[in-house]
Amino acid sequence: MVIQGGPVIFNTLHLSDSWKLSSYESAGGYSALKKILAEKTPAETIIAEVKTSALRGRGGAGFPTGLKWSFMPRQFPGDKYVVCNSDEGEPGTFKDRDIMRYNPHALIEGMIIAGYTLGAKAGYNYIHGEIFDIYEGMERAVEEARAAGYLGDNILGSGFSFNLYNHHGYGAYICGEETALLESIEGKKGQPRFKPPFPASFGLYGKPTTINNTETFASIPYIMREGGQKFLELGKPNNGGTKLFSVSGHVEKPGNYEVSLGTPFSELLQMAGGIKGGRKLKAVIPGGSSAPVLPGEIMMDCTMDFDSIAKAGSMLGSGAVIVMDESVCMVRALERLSYFYFEESCGQCTPCREGTGWMYRVVHRIEHGQGRPEDLELLDSVAANIAGRTICALGDAAAMPVQGMLKHYRHEFEHHIEHKKCMV
Amino acid sequence: MLSSESLALIDKEVAKYPAEQRQSAVMSALRIAQVEKGWLSNEVMDFIAHYLGMQPIAVYEVATFYNMYNTQPVGKHKLCVCTNLPCKLMGADAIAEKLKKKLGVEFGETTEDKQFTLVEGECMGACGDAPLLLVNNHRMESFLNEEKVEALLDELKGK
Repeated sequence: MVIQGGPVIFNTLHLSDSWKLSSYESAGGYSALKKILAEKTPAETIIAEVKTSALRGRGGAGFPTGLKWSFMPRQFPGDKYVVCNSDEGEPGTFKDRDIMRYNPHALIEGMIIAGYTLGAKAGYNYIHGEIFDIYEGMERAVEEARAAGYLGDNILGSGFSFNLYNHHGYGAYICGEETALLESIEGKKGQPRFKPPFPASFGLYGKPTTINNTETFASIPYIMREGGQKFLELGKPNNGGTKLFSVSGHVEKPGNYEVSLGTPFSELLQMAGGIKGGRKLKAVIPGGSSAPVLPGEIMMDCTMDFDSIAKAGSMLGSGAVIVMDESVCMVRALERLSYFYFEESCGQCTPCREGTGWMYRVVHRIEHGQGRPEDLELLDSVAANIAGRTICALGDAAAMPVQGMLKHYRHEFEHHIEHKKCMV
Repeated sequence: MLSSESLALIDKEVAKYPAEQRQSAVMSALRIAQVEKGWLSNEVMDFIAHYLGMQPIAVYEVATFYNMYNTQPVGKHKLCVCTNLPCKLMGADAIAEKLKKKLGVEFGETTEDKQFTLVEGECMGACGDAPLLLVNNHRMESFLNEEKVEALLDELKGK
Protein backbone atom coordinates (compact mmCIF):
# COMPACT_ATOMS: atom_id res chain seq x y z
CA MET A 1 0.00 0.00 0.00
CA VAL A 2 1.22 3.47 -0.89
CA ILE A 3 1.33 6.36 1.56
CA GLN A 4 1.95 9.78 0.15
CA GLY A 5 3.07 12.36 2.65
CA GLY A 6 2.02 15.99 2.84
CA PRO A 7 2.63 19.06 4.98
CA VAL A 8 -0.14 18.64 7.55
CA ILE A 9 -0.80 15.04 8.57
CA PHE A 10 2.02 12.91 7.21
CA ASN A 11 4.75 15.49 7.83
CA THR A 12 7.11 12.98 9.45
CA LEU A 13 6.98 10.29 6.78
CA HIS A 14 10.41 11.10 5.38
CA LEU A 15 11.99 10.37 8.77
CA SER A 16 12.98 6.94 10.01
CA ASP A 17 10.61 5.74 12.74
CA SER A 18 8.17 8.51 11.80
CA TRP A 19 5.88 7.55 14.70
CA LYS A 20 8.39 8.39 17.42
CA LEU A 21 8.22 11.51 19.55
CA SER A 22 11.73 12.55 18.53
CA SER A 23 10.77 12.40 14.83
CA TYR A 24 7.66 14.45 15.43
CA GLU A 25 9.55 17.06 17.45
CA SER A 26 12.23 17.36 14.79
CA ALA A 27 9.48 18.24 12.28
CA GLY A 28 8.19 21.04 14.52
CA GLY A 29 5.88 18.87 16.59
CA TYR A 30 4.70 20.11 20.00
CA SER A 31 6.06 23.61 19.25
CA ALA A 32 2.48 24.91 18.88
CA LEU A 33 1.51 23.45 22.24
CA LYS A 34 4.59 24.88 23.93
CA LYS A 35 3.89 28.34 22.51
CA ILE A 36 0.23 28.25 23.57
CA LEU A 37 1.11 27.18 27.11
CA ALA A 38 3.97 29.69 27.44
CA GLU A 39 1.95 32.63 26.13
CA LYS A 40 -1.30 31.47 27.75
CA THR A 41 -3.08 32.06 24.43
CA PRO A 42 -6.77 32.80 25.06
CA ALA A 43 -9.20 30.10 23.94
CA GLU A 44 -11.07 32.60 21.73
CA THR A 45 -7.87 33.27 19.79
CA ILE A 46 -7.38 29.55 19.11
CA ILE A 47 -10.98 29.06 18.03
CA ALA A 48 -10.70 32.10 15.75
CA GLU A 49 -7.58 30.62 14.16
CA VAL A 50 -9.36 27.30 13.56
CA LYS A 51 -12.28 29.18 12.00
CA THR A 52 -9.89 31.07 9.71
CA SER A 53 -8.41 27.76 8.55
CA ALA A 54 -11.83 26.59 7.25
CA LEU A 55 -11.02 23.15 8.65
CA ARG A 56 -14.06 20.94 8.20
CA GLY A 57 -14.63 17.69 10.08
CA ARG A 58 -12.73 14.85 8.44
CA GLY A 59 -14.91 12.02 9.74
CA GLY A 60 -17.60 12.36 7.11
CA ALA A 61 -19.97 15.20 7.91
CA GLY A 62 -17.63 18.05 6.99
CA PHE A 63 -18.92 20.28 9.78
CA PRO A 64 -16.73 23.38 10.43
CA THR A 65 -14.46 22.50 13.36
CA GLY A 66 -14.08 26.06 14.69
CA LEU A 67 -17.84 26.42 14.87
CA LYS A 68 -18.18 23.08 16.66
CA TRP A 69 -15.58 24.16 19.23
CA SER A 70 -17.46 27.41 19.82
CA PHE A 71 -20.53 25.42 20.97
CA MET A 72 -18.66 24.07 23.97
CA PRO A 73 -19.66 25.83 27.23
CA ARG A 74 -16.02 26.09 28.21
CA GLN A 75 -16.53 28.64 31.00
CA PHE A 76 -18.86 26.32 32.92
CA PRO A 77 -17.35 24.77 36.01
CA GLY A 78 -17.08 20.98 36.25
CA ASP A 79 -15.69 18.18 34.10
CA LYS A 80 -15.57 18.47 30.35
CA TYR A 81 -14.17 16.03 27.80
CA VAL A 82 -12.65 15.88 24.35
CA VAL A 83 -13.15 12.63 22.49
CA CYS A 84 -11.48 11.42 19.33
CA ASN A 85 -13.43 9.25 16.94
CA SER A 86 -10.90 6.77 15.54
CA ASP A 87 -13.58 4.16 14.97
CA GLU A 88 -13.31 4.12 11.21
CA GLY A 89 -15.28 1.21 9.83
CA GLU A 90 -16.99 2.78 6.87
CA PRO A 91 -16.08 0.48 3.97
CA GLY A 92 -13.33 2.13 1.97
CA THR A 93 -11.93 4.22 4.85
CA PHE A 94 -8.50 3.45 6.27
CA LYS A 95 -6.82 6.80 6.88
CA ASP A 96 -7.06 7.16 10.67
CA ARG A 97 -5.27 3.85 11.05
CA ASP A 98 -2.28 5.25 9.17
CA ILE A 99 -2.33 8.54 11.10
CA MET A 100 -2.11 6.57 14.35
CA ARG A 101 0.47 4.23 12.88
CA TYR A 102 2.80 6.78 11.29
CA ASN A 103 2.20 10.05 13.14
CA PRO A 104 0.35 9.44 16.41
CA HIS A 105 1.80 12.52 18.08
CA ALA A 106 0.02 14.87 15.67
CA LEU A 107 -3.22 13.44 17.02
CA ILE A 108 -2.01 13.65 20.63
CA GLU A 109 -0.85 17.26 20.29
CA GLY A 110 -4.12 18.18 18.56
CA MET A 111 -6.13 16.67 21.40
CA ILE A 112 -4.08 18.43 24.08
CA ILE A 113 -4.60 21.78 22.32
CA ALA A 114 -8.33 21.00 22.07
CA GLY A 115 -8.42 20.12 25.77
CA TYR A 116 -6.71 23.41 26.65
CA THR A 117 -9.06 25.40 24.41
CA LEU A 118 -12.27 23.72 25.53
CA GLY A 119 -11.51 23.48 29.23
CA ALA A 120 -11.25 19.69 29.32
CA LYS A 121 -8.88 17.84 31.62
CA ALA A 122 -9.29 14.44 30.01
CA GLY A 123 -9.63 13.02 26.55
CA TYR A 124 -10.47 9.61 25.15
CA ASN A 125 -9.42 8.21 21.80
CA TYR A 126 -11.87 5.53 20.65
CA ILE A 127 -10.06 3.07 18.35
CA HIS A 128 -11.69 0.71 15.87
CA GLY A 129 -11.80 -2.85 17.20
CA GLU A 130 -10.20 -4.69 14.31
CA ILE A 131 -6.86 -2.86 14.46
CA PHE A 132 -5.48 -4.11 17.76
CA ASP A 133 -1.85 -3.47 16.82
CA ILE A 134 -2.69 0.19 16.23
CA TYR A 135 -4.30 0.37 19.67
CA GLU A 136 -1.10 -1.00 21.20
CA GLY A 137 0.95 1.51 19.21
CA MET A 138 -1.23 4.37 20.44
CA GLU A 139 -0.80 3.16 24.01
CA ARG A 140 2.97 3.38 23.53
CA ALA A 141 2.71 6.86 21.95
CA VAL A 142 0.59 8.17 24.83
CA GLU A 143 3.14 6.81 27.32
CA GLU A 144 5.92 8.49 25.37
CA ALA A 145 4.09 11.84 25.47
CA ARG A 146 3.40 11.42 29.19
CA ALA A 147 7.04 10.62 29.95
CA ALA A 148 8.09 13.77 28.06
CA GLY A 149 5.75 15.90 30.16
CA TYR A 150 3.22 16.69 27.43
CA LEU A 151 0.45 14.80 29.22
CA GLY A 152 -0.43 14.66 32.89
CA ASP A 153 -0.54 17.24 35.67
CA ASN A 154 0.90 20.72 35.24
CA ILE A 155 2.08 20.23 31.65
CA LEU A 156 5.49 21.88 31.05
CA GLY A 157 5.01 23.86 34.26
CA SER A 158 2.05 25.78 32.81
CA GLY A 159 -0.50 24.83 35.44
CA PHE A 160 -2.63 23.16 32.75
CA SER A 161 -3.36 19.46 33.27
CA PHE A 162 -4.64 17.02 30.68
CA ASN A 163 -4.74 13.25 30.45
CA LEU A 164 -5.37 11.15 27.39
CA TYR A 165 -6.55 7.54 27.25
CA ASN A 166 -7.17 5.07 24.45
CA HIS A 167 -10.40 3.11 24.43
CA HIS A 168 -10.51 0.01 22.26
CA GLY A 169 -13.75 -0.84 20.42
CA TYR A 170 -14.64 -4.44 19.56
CA GLY A 171 -16.54 -4.62 16.31
CA ALA A 172 -19.52 -2.32 15.84
CA TYR A 173 -19.75 0.09 12.90
CA ILE A 174 -22.45 2.07 14.69
CA CYS A 175 -19.93 3.26 17.28
CA GLY A 176 -18.58 5.63 14.64
CA GLU A 177 -21.78 7.60 15.34
CA GLU A 178 -20.69 10.05 18.00
CA THR A 179 -23.35 9.41 20.63
CA ALA A 180 -23.14 5.62 20.15
CA LEU A 181 -19.41 6.05 20.70
CA LEU A 182 -20.07 7.85 23.98
CA GLU A 183 -22.41 5.08 25.12
CA SER A 184 -19.70 2.60 24.24
CA ILE A 185 -17.06 4.42 26.31
CA GLU A 186 -19.55 4.32 29.18
CA GLY A 187 -19.51 0.52 28.88
CA LYS A 188 -22.87 0.02 27.20
CA LYS A 189 -24.28 -1.21 23.91
CA GLY A 190 -23.41 1.29 21.20
CA GLN A 191 -26.87 2.64 20.48
CA PRO A 192 -27.10 6.29 19.42
CA ARG A 193 -28.75 8.81 21.71
CA PHE A 194 -31.65 11.00 20.77
CA LYS A 195 -30.52 14.56 20.02
CA PRO A 196 -30.88 17.20 21.37
CA PRO A 197 -29.26 17.45 23.82
CA PHE A 198 -26.07 17.46 21.77
CA PRO A 199 -22.74 16.27 23.22
CA ALA A 200 -21.55 19.85 23.73
CA SER A 201 -24.07 20.13 26.55
CA PHE A 202 -24.64 16.47 27.51
CA GLY A 203 -21.83 14.21 26.37
CA LEU A 204 -19.59 11.63 28.03
CA TYR A 205 -20.90 10.81 31.53
CA GLY A 206 -23.41 13.60 30.95
CA LYS A 207 -20.67 16.24 30.79
CA PRO A 208 -19.97 18.77 28.00
CA THR A 209 -17.99 16.94 25.32
CA THR A 210 -16.49 17.77 21.94
CA ILE A 211 -15.96 14.88 19.53
CA ASN A 212 -13.79 15.17 16.44
CA ASN A 213 -12.30 12.74 13.97
CA THR A 214 -8.65 11.65 14.17
CA GLU A 215 -7.62 13.56 11.05
CA THR A 216 -9.39 16.68 12.31
CA PHE A 217 -7.44 16.68 15.58
CA ALA A 218 -4.23 15.83 13.73
CA SER A 219 -4.68 18.95 11.56
CA ILE A 220 -4.78 21.29 14.56
CA PRO A 221 -1.01 21.42 15.33
CA TYR A 222 -0.25 22.59 11.77
CA ILE A 223 -2.96 25.27 11.98
CA MET A 224 -1.61 26.60 15.28
CA ARG A 225 2.02 26.35 14.15
CA GLU A 226 1.73 27.82 10.68
CA GLY A 227 -1.50 29.82 10.99
CA GLY A 228 -5.06 29.24 9.86
CA GLN A 229 -4.58 31.31 6.72
CA LYS A 230 -1.72 29.13 5.50
CA PHE A 231 -3.80 25.99 6.11
CA LEU A 232 -6.71 27.52 4.21
CA GLU A 233 -4.46 28.33 1.28
CA LEU A 234 -3.35 24.70 1.03
CA GLY A 235 -6.91 23.96 -0.11
CA LYS A 236 -9.56 26.23 -1.51
CA PRO A 237 -12.12 28.63 0.00
CA ASN A 238 -14.54 26.90 2.40
CA ASN A 239 -12.43 23.73 1.96
CA GLY A 240 -9.21 24.51 3.78
CA GLY A 241 -6.14 22.33 3.99
CA THR A 242 -4.94 19.03 2.72
CA LYS A 243 -7.02 15.90 3.12
CA LEU A 244 -6.19 12.23 3.24
CA PHE A 245 -7.82 10.22 0.49
CA SER A 246 -7.96 6.47 0.97
CA VAL A 247 -8.01 5.00 -2.50
CA SER A 248 -9.10 1.37 -2.74
CA GLY A 249 -10.52 -1.04 -5.28
CA HIS A 250 -9.39 -1.33 -8.89
CA VAL A 251 -6.31 0.89 -8.93
CA GLU A 252 -2.67 -0.06 -9.42
CA LYS A 253 -1.54 1.59 -6.17
CA PRO A 254 -4.14 1.59 -3.43
CA GLY A 255 -3.20 3.71 -0.46
CA ASN A 256 -3.50 6.95 1.46
CA TYR A 257 -2.73 10.17 -0.35
CA GLU A 258 -2.43 13.51 1.42
CA VAL A 259 -3.34 16.09 -1.21
CA SER A 260 -4.87 19.57 -1.27
CA LEU A 261 -8.62 19.79 -1.12
CA GLY A 262 -9.66 20.78 -4.63
CA THR A 263 -7.24 18.42 -6.38
CA PRO A 264 -8.87 17.08 -9.57
CA PHE A 265 -10.04 13.48 -9.25
CA SER A 266 -8.17 12.65 -12.44
CA GLU A 267 -4.91 13.64 -10.74
CA LEU A 268 -5.66 11.54 -7.67
CA LEU A 269 -6.43 8.57 -9.89
CA GLN A 270 -3.15 9.09 -11.70
CA MET A 271 -1.25 9.18 -8.40
CA ALA A 272 -2.88 5.88 -7.52
CA GLY A 273 -1.42 4.44 -10.71
CA GLY A 274 -4.61 4.53 -12.76
CA ILE A 275 -7.07 1.69 -13.24
CA LYS A 276 -5.68 -1.76 -12.56
CA GLY A 277 -4.60 -3.73 -15.60
CA GLY A 278 -5.33 -0.81 -17.92
CA ARG A 279 -9.06 -1.48 -17.82
CA LYS A 280 -11.70 1.23 -18.09
CA LEU A 281 -13.07 3.24 -15.17
CA LYS A 282 -16.73 2.53 -14.55
CA ALA A 283 -17.76 4.14 -11.28
CA VAL A 284 -16.48 5.66 -8.08
CA ILE A 285 -17.88 5.81 -4.58
CA PRO A 286 -16.17 9.06 -3.58
CA GLY A 287 -16.60 9.25 0.19
CA GLY A 288 -17.02 5.88 1.84
CA SER A 289 -19.68 3.27 1.20
CA SER A 290 -22.60 5.46 2.25
CA ALA A 291 -21.81 8.12 -0.35
CA PRO A 292 -23.94 7.72 -3.49
CA VAL A 293 -21.99 6.18 -6.38
CA LEU A 294 -20.97 8.41 -9.29
CA PRO A 295 -20.24 7.26 -12.85
CA GLY A 296 -16.61 7.58 -13.89
CA GLU A 297 -17.25 10.30 -16.47
CA ILE A 298 -18.88 12.55 -13.85
CA MET A 299 -16.01 11.90 -11.42
CA MET A 300 -13.42 12.82 -14.05
CA ASP A 301 -14.91 16.34 -14.06
CA CYS A 302 -14.90 16.66 -10.24
CA THR A 303 -12.34 18.10 -7.92
CA MET A 304 -11.84 16.37 -4.58
CA ASP A 305 -13.44 18.75 -2.09
CA PHE A 306 -16.68 18.93 -0.14
CA ASP A 307 -18.43 21.39 -2.46
CA SER A 308 -17.52 19.85 -5.83
CA ILE A 309 -18.56 16.32 -4.84
CA ALA A 310 -21.79 17.61 -3.26
CA LYS A 311 -22.61 19.47 -6.48
CA ALA A 312 -22.15 16.23 -8.44
CA GLY A 313 -24.77 14.60 -6.22
CA SER A 314 -22.68 12.68 -3.75
CA MET A 315 -20.52 13.53 -0.75
CA LEU A 316 -16.84 13.69 0.11
CA GLY A 317 -17.56 11.95 3.40
CA SER A 318 -14.43 10.52 4.95
CA GLY A 319 -12.43 10.78 1.72
CA ALA A 320 -12.64 7.06 1.02
CA VAL A 321 -12.50 6.61 -2.72
CA ILE A 322 -13.64 3.18 -3.92
CA VAL A 323 -12.76 2.76 -7.58
CA MET A 324 -14.61 0.23 -9.75
CA ASP A 325 -13.65 -0.83 -13.26
CA GLU A 326 -15.87 -1.94 -16.13
CA SER A 327 -16.03 -5.55 -14.90
CA VAL A 328 -18.09 -4.68 -11.81
CA CYS A 329 -21.76 -5.61 -11.65
CA MET A 330 -23.52 -2.83 -9.79
CA VAL A 331 -26.28 -5.11 -8.54
CA ARG A 332 -23.70 -7.33 -6.89
CA ALA A 333 -21.84 -4.33 -5.46
CA LEU A 334 -25.03 -2.94 -3.96
CA GLU A 335 -26.04 -6.34 -2.62
CA ARG A 336 -22.88 -6.46 -0.51
CA LEU A 337 -23.22 -2.89 0.73
CA SER A 338 -26.87 -3.43 1.63
CA TYR A 339 -25.94 -6.52 3.59
CA PHE A 340 -23.41 -4.45 5.52
CA TYR A 341 -25.98 -1.89 6.67
CA PHE A 342 -28.45 -4.66 7.54
CA GLU A 343 -25.77 -6.40 9.60
CA GLU A 344 -24.66 -3.21 11.34
CA SER A 345 -28.03 -1.56 12.10
CA CYS A 346 -28.20 -1.32 15.90
CA GLY A 347 -31.89 -2.23 15.88
CA GLN A 348 -33.11 0.76 17.82
CA CYS A 349 -35.24 2.53 15.17
CA THR A 350 -37.86 0.54 13.26
CA PRO A 351 -37.34 2.12 9.80
CA CYS A 352 -33.63 1.23 9.87
CA ARG A 353 -33.90 -2.16 11.61
CA GLU A 354 -36.64 -3.40 9.28
CA GLY A 355 -35.80 -1.32 6.21
CA THR A 356 -32.14 -2.33 5.89
CA GLY A 357 -33.09 -6.03 5.92
CA TRP A 358 -35.88 -5.39 3.46
CA MET A 359 -33.59 -3.57 1.02
CA TYR A 360 -30.97 -6.30 1.30
CA ARG A 361 -33.49 -9.06 0.59
CA VAL A 362 -34.84 -7.25 -2.48
CA VAL A 363 -31.37 -6.54 -3.94
CA HIS A 364 -30.35 -10.12 -3.09
CA ARG A 365 -33.23 -11.61 -5.05
CA ILE A 366 -32.56 -9.32 -8.03
CA GLU A 367 -28.91 -10.42 -8.01
CA HIS A 368 -29.98 -14.07 -7.85
CA GLY A 369 -32.36 -13.89 -10.81
CA GLN A 370 -35.55 -13.71 -8.81
CA GLY A 371 -36.25 -10.01 -9.14
CA ARG A 372 -39.78 -8.81 -9.78
CA PRO A 373 -40.78 -5.94 -12.08
CA GLU A 374 -42.09 -3.88 -9.15
CA ASP A 375 -38.87 -4.29 -7.14
CA LEU A 376 -37.16 -1.07 -8.20
CA GLU A 377 -40.12 1.06 -7.14
CA LEU A 378 -40.19 -0.89 -3.91
CA LEU A 379 -36.51 -0.10 -3.31
CA ASP A 380 -37.13 3.59 -4.06
CA SER A 381 -39.96 3.58 -1.57
CA VAL A 382 -38.18 1.72 1.24
CA ALA A 383 -35.06 3.89 0.88
CA ALA A 384 -37.12 7.08 0.92
CA ASN A 385 -38.97 5.90 4.02
CA ILE A 386 -35.79 5.18 5.98
CA ALA A 387 -33.94 8.39 5.14
CA GLY A 388 -34.54 11.13 7.69
CA ARG A 389 -36.71 8.93 9.91
CA THR A 390 -34.15 7.53 12.32
CA ILE A 391 -32.29 8.79 15.38
CA CYS A 392 -28.90 8.64 13.68
CA ALA A 393 -27.45 8.80 10.19
CA LEU A 394 -27.04 5.03 9.71
CA GLY A 395 -30.51 4.95 8.18
CA ASP A 396 -29.53 7.61 5.65
CA ALA A 397 -26.20 5.88 5.10
CA ALA A 398 -28.07 2.70 4.15
CA ALA A 399 -30.53 4.50 1.89
CA MET A 400 -28.05 6.64 -0.05
CA PRO A 401 -26.12 3.84 -1.80
CA VAL A 402 -29.43 2.35 -2.95
CA GLN A 403 -30.64 5.70 -4.24
CA GLY A 404 -27.30 6.46 -5.94
CA MET A 405 -27.16 3.07 -7.69
CA LEU A 406 -30.77 3.32 -8.91
CA LYS A 407 -30.19 6.85 -10.16
CA HIS A 408 -27.16 6.07 -12.30
CA TYR A 409 -27.38 2.32 -12.99
CA ARG A 410 -31.12 1.61 -13.04
CA HIS A 411 -30.72 -0.07 -16.42
CA GLU A 412 -28.42 -2.71 -14.92
CA PHE A 413 -31.02 -3.56 -12.30
CA GLU A 414 -33.76 -3.68 -14.95
CA HIS A 415 -31.62 -5.99 -17.07
CA HIS A 416 -31.08 -8.29 -14.10
CA ILE A 417 -34.81 -8.45 -13.41
CA GLU A 418 -35.79 -9.01 -17.02
CA HIS A 419 -33.06 -11.43 -18.11
CA LYS A 420 -32.33 -13.04 -14.70
CA LYS A 421 -28.66 -12.40 -15.24
CA CYS A 422 -25.97 -9.81 -15.29
CA MET A 423 -25.25 -7.51 -18.23
CA VAL A 424 -21.57 -7.07 -17.30
CA MET B 1 -11.76 -17.28 37.47
CA LEU B 2 -9.20 -15.13 35.65
CA SER B 3 -5.43 -15.20 36.00
CA SER B 4 -3.60 -12.54 37.99
CA GLU B 5 -2.04 -11.35 34.70
CA SER B 6 -5.49 -10.79 33.20
CA LEU B 7 -6.70 -9.02 36.33
CA ALA B 8 -3.68 -6.73 36.28
CA LEU B 9 -4.48 -5.83 32.66
CA ILE B 10 -8.11 -5.15 33.57
CA ASP B 11 -7.05 -2.95 36.48
CA LYS B 12 -4.90 -0.93 34.10
CA GLU B 13 -7.99 -0.32 31.95
CA VAL B 14 -10.17 0.56 34.96
CA ALA B 15 -7.64 3.25 35.92
CA LYS B 16 -8.31 5.11 32.65
CA TYR B 17 -11.80 6.18 33.75
CA PRO B 18 -13.21 8.23 36.64
CA ALA B 19 -13.36 6.18 39.86
CA GLU B 20 -17.16 5.89 39.75
CA GLN B 21 -17.16 4.72 36.11
CA ARG B 22 -15.70 1.21 36.39
CA GLN B 23 -18.25 -0.01 33.84
CA SER B 24 -16.30 1.88 31.15
CA ALA B 25 -13.69 -0.87 31.33
CA VAL B 26 -16.14 -3.65 30.49
CA MET B 27 -15.21 -3.85 26.80
CA SER B 28 -11.53 -4.23 27.60
CA ALA B 29 -12.25 -6.65 30.45
CA LEU B 30 -14.22 -8.90 28.08
CA ARG B 31 -11.45 -8.72 25.49
CA ILE B 32 -8.80 -9.63 28.06
CA ALA B 33 -10.94 -12.47 29.45
CA GLN B 34 -11.55 -13.79 25.94
CA VAL B 35 -7.83 -13.83 25.17
CA GLU B 36 -7.30 -15.99 28.26
CA LYS B 37 -10.34 -18.26 27.99
CA GLY B 38 -10.97 -18.40 24.24
CA TRP B 39 -14.63 -17.49 24.66
CA LEU B 40 -16.99 -15.80 27.12
CA SER B 41 -19.06 -18.23 29.15
CA ASN B 42 -21.79 -16.95 31.46
CA GLU B 43 -19.53 -17.72 34.40
CA VAL B 44 -16.78 -15.50 33.02
CA MET B 45 -19.22 -12.69 32.27
CA ASP B 46 -20.78 -12.98 35.75
CA PHE B 47 -17.31 -12.70 37.23
CA ILE B 48 -16.60 -9.54 35.22
CA ALA B 49 -19.98 -8.11 36.25
CA HIS B 50 -19.09 -8.64 39.89
CA TYR B 51 -15.57 -7.30 39.41
CA LEU B 52 -16.79 -4.07 37.82
CA GLY B 53 -19.91 -3.66 39.93
CA MET B 54 -22.35 -4.20 37.07
CA GLN B 55 -25.51 -6.22 36.65
CA PRO B 56 -24.73 -9.47 34.76
CA ILE B 57 -27.36 -8.62 32.13
CA ALA B 58 -25.52 -5.37 31.34
CA VAL B 59 -22.37 -7.38 30.62
CA TYR B 60 -24.27 -9.88 28.44
CA GLU B 61 -25.72 -6.95 26.48
CA VAL B 62 -22.25 -5.66 25.67
CA ALA B 63 -20.84 -9.10 24.83
CA THR B 64 -23.69 -9.86 22.40
CA PHE B 65 -23.77 -6.41 20.79
CA TYR B 66 -20.17 -6.20 19.57
CA ASN B 67 -19.13 -8.63 16.82
CA MET B 68 -15.70 -9.61 18.06
CA TYR B 69 -16.75 -11.29 21.31
CA ASN B 70 -17.21 -15.05 21.20
CA THR B 71 -20.27 -15.90 23.27
CA GLN B 72 -20.04 -19.52 22.06
CA PRO B 73 -16.94 -21.72 22.01
CA VAL B 74 -14.84 -21.33 18.86
CA GLY B 75 -11.93 -23.22 17.37
CA LYS B 76 -8.38 -22.57 18.48
CA HIS B 77 -7.93 -20.21 15.53
CA LYS B 78 -10.86 -17.98 14.55
CA LEU B 79 -10.40 -16.71 11.01
CA CYS B 80 -12.53 -13.70 10.13
CA VAL B 81 -12.49 -12.83 6.43
CA CYS B 82 -13.64 -9.41 5.27
CA THR B 83 -15.92 -9.74 2.23
CA ASN B 84 -17.10 -6.14 2.10
CA LEU B 85 -16.99 -4.26 -1.20
CA PRO B 86 -13.38 -2.97 -1.29
CA CYS B 87 -12.08 -6.44 -0.30
CA LYS B 88 -14.52 -8.10 -2.72
CA LEU B 89 -13.17 -5.97 -5.58
CA MET B 90 -9.71 -7.32 -4.73
CA GLY B 91 -10.71 -10.98 -4.70
CA ALA B 92 -12.04 -11.68 -1.20
CA ASP B 93 -14.61 -14.16 -2.53
CA ALA B 94 -11.88 -16.40 -3.92
CA ILE B 95 -10.05 -16.24 -0.59
CA ALA B 96 -13.22 -17.18 1.28
CA GLU B 97 -13.88 -20.09 -1.11
CA LYS B 98 -10.33 -21.32 -0.72
CA LEU B 99 -10.65 -21.29 3.07
CA LYS B 100 -14.02 -23.04 3.00
CA LYS B 101 -12.63 -25.75 0.74
CA LYS B 102 -9.40 -26.25 2.66
CA LEU B 103 -11.12 -26.36 6.03
CA GLY B 104 -14.28 -28.13 4.88
CA VAL B 105 -16.56 -25.68 6.66
CA GLU B 106 -18.95 -22.87 5.77
CA PHE B 107 -19.01 -19.42 7.38
CA GLY B 108 -19.99 -19.70 11.03
CA GLU B 109 -18.73 -23.27 11.38
CA THR B 110 -15.88 -24.92 13.28
CA THR B 111 -13.75 -27.77 11.98
CA GLU B 112 -14.32 -31.16 13.60
CA ASP B 113 -10.90 -31.13 15.24
CA LYS B 114 -11.84 -27.75 16.83
CA GLN B 115 -8.76 -26.11 15.32
CA PHE B 116 -10.46 -23.55 13.09
CA THR B 117 -13.60 -21.43 13.07
CA LEU B 118 -14.36 -19.51 9.88
CA VAL B 119 -16.48 -16.36 10.01
CA GLU B 120 -17.42 -13.60 7.59
CA GLY B 121 -16.35 -10.17 8.78
CA GLU B 122 -17.31 -6.60 8.07
CA CYS B 123 -15.02 -3.73 7.19
CA MET B 124 -11.82 -3.75 9.25
CA GLY B 125 -10.71 -0.29 8.20
CA ALA B 126 -7.71 -1.48 6.21
CA CYS B 127 -9.11 -1.58 2.64
CA GLY B 128 -5.80 -0.49 1.11
CA ASP B 129 -4.37 -3.86 2.18
CA ALA B 130 -7.25 -5.89 0.70
CA PRO B 131 -8.06 -8.71 0.70
CA LEU B 132 -7.49 -9.50 4.36
CA LEU B 133 -8.49 -11.52 7.37
CA LEU B 134 -8.08 -11.49 11.14
CA VAL B 135 -6.69 -14.38 13.18
CA ASN B 136 -8.25 -14.44 16.66
CA ASN B 137 -9.26 -10.78 16.37
CA HIS B 138 -5.79 -9.33 16.91
CA ARG B 139 -3.56 -10.45 14.08
CA MET B 140 -4.25 -9.06 10.61
CA GLU B 141 -3.12 -10.87 7.46
CA SER B 142 -3.07 -8.53 4.47
CA PHE B 143 -2.76 -8.68 0.65
CA LEU B 144 -3.96 -12.27 0.69
CA ASN B 145 -3.66 -14.66 -2.21
CA GLU B 146 -4.13 -18.42 -2.40
CA GLU B 147 -0.48 -19.17 -1.58
CA LYS B 148 -0.57 -16.95 1.50
CA VAL B 149 -3.73 -18.68 2.69
CA GLU B 150 -2.05 -22.09 2.33
CA ALA B 151 1.01 -20.88 4.22
CA LEU B 152 -1.08 -19.36 6.99
CA LEU B 153 -3.08 -22.54 7.51
CA ASP B 154 0.11 -24.61 7.59
CA GLU B 155 1.60 -22.27 10.17
CA LEU B 156 -1.47 -22.28 12.40
CA LYS B 157 -1.89 -26.06 12.18
CA GLY B 158 1.51 -26.43 13.79
CA LYS B 159 0.50 -24.32 16.78
